[in-house]
Amino acid sequence: MSLYLSKGTIELQSAPSIKSFAAAVGKKEGEGPLKNSFDYIADDITLGGKSFEKSEGLLQQNALRLALKKGELSESDISFSFAGDLLNQCTGSSYGLREFSFPYIGIYGACSNMAETLALAALFIDNGIGTNAVAITSSHFCAAERQYRFPLNYGGVRTATSQWTVTGAGCAIVAAHDKPPYVKSLTFGSITDMGVKDANNMGAAMAGAAYETISAHLANTGQSIDSFDYIITGDLGEVGSKLLYDLFNRDNIPIKEKHKDCGTMIYDLNQQNVNSGGSGCGCSASVLCGYILQELAQGKMKNVLFTATGALLSPTMTHQGETIPCIAHAVQLTDN
Amino acid sequence: MEYLWAFVVGGLLCVVGQLLIDYTKLTTARILTLFAVLGVILGAVGVYTPLVELAGAGATVPLTGFGYLLAEGVKTAVAEQGLLGALTGGLTAASGGIAAVIIFALLAGVIFKPADRQ
Amino acid sequence: MQITNKEYGEIVKLRSPNTKVAVTCTKAFLFGGIICTIGEGFNNLYGFLGADTKTAGTLTAVTLIFIAALLTAFKLYHRMARHGGAGTLVPITGFANAVVSSGIEYKSEGYVMGIGSKMFLIAGPVLVYSVLTSVVYGIILRLTIY
Repeated sequence: MSLYLSKGTIELQSAPSIKSFAAAVGKKEGEGPLKNSFDYIADDITLGGKSFEKSEGLLQQNALRLALKKGELSESDISFSFAGDLLNQCTGSSYGLREFSFPYIGIYGACSNMAETLALAALFIDNGIGTNAVAITSSHFCAAERQYRFPLNYGGVRTATSQWTVTGAGCAIVAAHDKPPYVKSLTFGSITDMGVKDANNMGAAMAGAAYETISAHLANTGQSIDSFDYIITGDLGEVGSKLLYDLFNRDNIPIKEKHKDCGTMIYDLNQQNVNSGGSGCGCSASVLCGYILQELAQGKMKNVLFTATGALLSPTMTHQGETIPCIAHAVQLTDN
Repeated sequence: MEYLWAFVVGGLLCVVGQLLIDYTKLTTARILTLFAVLGVILGAVGVYTPLVELAGAGATVPLTGFGYLLAEGVKTAVAEQGLLGALTGGLTAASGGIAAVIIFALLAGVIFKPADRQ
Repeated sequence: MQITNKEYGEIVKLRSPNTKVAVTCTKAFLFGGIICTIGEGFNNLYGFLGADTKTAGTLTAVTLIFIAALLTAFKLYHRMARHGGAGTLVPITGFANAVVSSGIEYKSEGYVMGIGSKMFLIAGPVLVYSVLTSVVYGIILRLTIY
């Protein structure tokens, strides 16, 4: 049974297990520092799909099939699936998963999707609703680029603060308490708008939301950062990470010592031409389901606060001159 | 000498564009539009003609040159046709380039696929 | 949070790296200069072949557009642009790149609603506002001079 602690924070008293997990990524991500952590690296960015939107769906399918296989599960064992991506109307998920017959719950939290889907899946399992719940999230560089920015062959200038959308998908299957990693507690964040308008500086826009959610989780669960091996944010990038330190410094919390960011972990920032780092739902999804969960399963990490951040903007709202509302959701993962 | 002027003037016009990119939050679409509009205005007030005489392609190849072309076209057409020339002159002068861009873009779209970026 | 959006905006400015202006401007100067010099070469070539100034200008524009279209289609233009910055954006070749890349990108949505309608996604405003300005100029010209 889940215990409601305080604003947004829930303790999962049964500590459900993440029974199986898998990450599928594109070529560029497969050449980065985490290349050995991923279960599948696509040589061809299209994955054989006729459009990049379809390619993203195929990437999700790959992650899902691998996670099912690793957990020795079949399609019929799945009680619920929670899925999300970056495309309009969540088509990466709905077209990717349309051939599967298990219940499908599409959600949208931009790049916070991995934490949001995982939190919901764990909540269902903790309360005995279903046996296996899938959390799956993806993004695709080419599909995101054409929706949010420019045609791929266009020579538009990328600014130093911009981030590179990860081509990747992560899938985690949550089941009743068994082997680690476990989902201990979670915090759903509130929408936070720091007044940032620049869609090419998403890390700066999202740092405030990450600060709010991490602070809330620590306060509501009565923990300090010392309890954790790492506090891992989704895709703040280099710029957003520095801003997160600034915000915590005001509270005299040296979070820098404990902090990692999926956006700066997945690429070699000096070599891979990604400016401030990686972004997109697939960034935190593939780093979580490829690297972090693996480390937890092997006991190399013991207590981690996974906080995926999302910029809830759209090109339409950006053109209307609006600021960027952001969100962060946190999931506390442990090995015991 | 004419090549040197073409190089210097063309280069400097691009530097202006680069400064706009680096110091303002203007998107590339806005900068291109600004250049073309500025070209029409500079052509209209007569500043751009001497620059074209000096630098040739250095002044006509940047997008300000596209605006200048429209302004020149309008000037000629208004002299010949009166008020109607205000409507016909600009696009008539630029028609070759615009039609070329449309046809090449269509052909490229038919033949090629979008590329992944590394 | 104990921080106003205005205060936060100040920190964001502090933490956001600026582009190295000396480098980007030098590159823009070189790329832009070279493209224009090539244009001047074509101008002279067409003039040598007997075209008058106006025709040579149009032929040069069409030639540069064609070259830019090829470079775009063969995935080379955006790689050049990564270094060239405004040097590859501001010349007519940058305009061609904007139109041709949109043509290629939106092929998946078909010939009418894809390529046909989205070709001028980036470059459309260039045409709209330069034509507007030229028409206003024509009207002023008609009212004041003739």
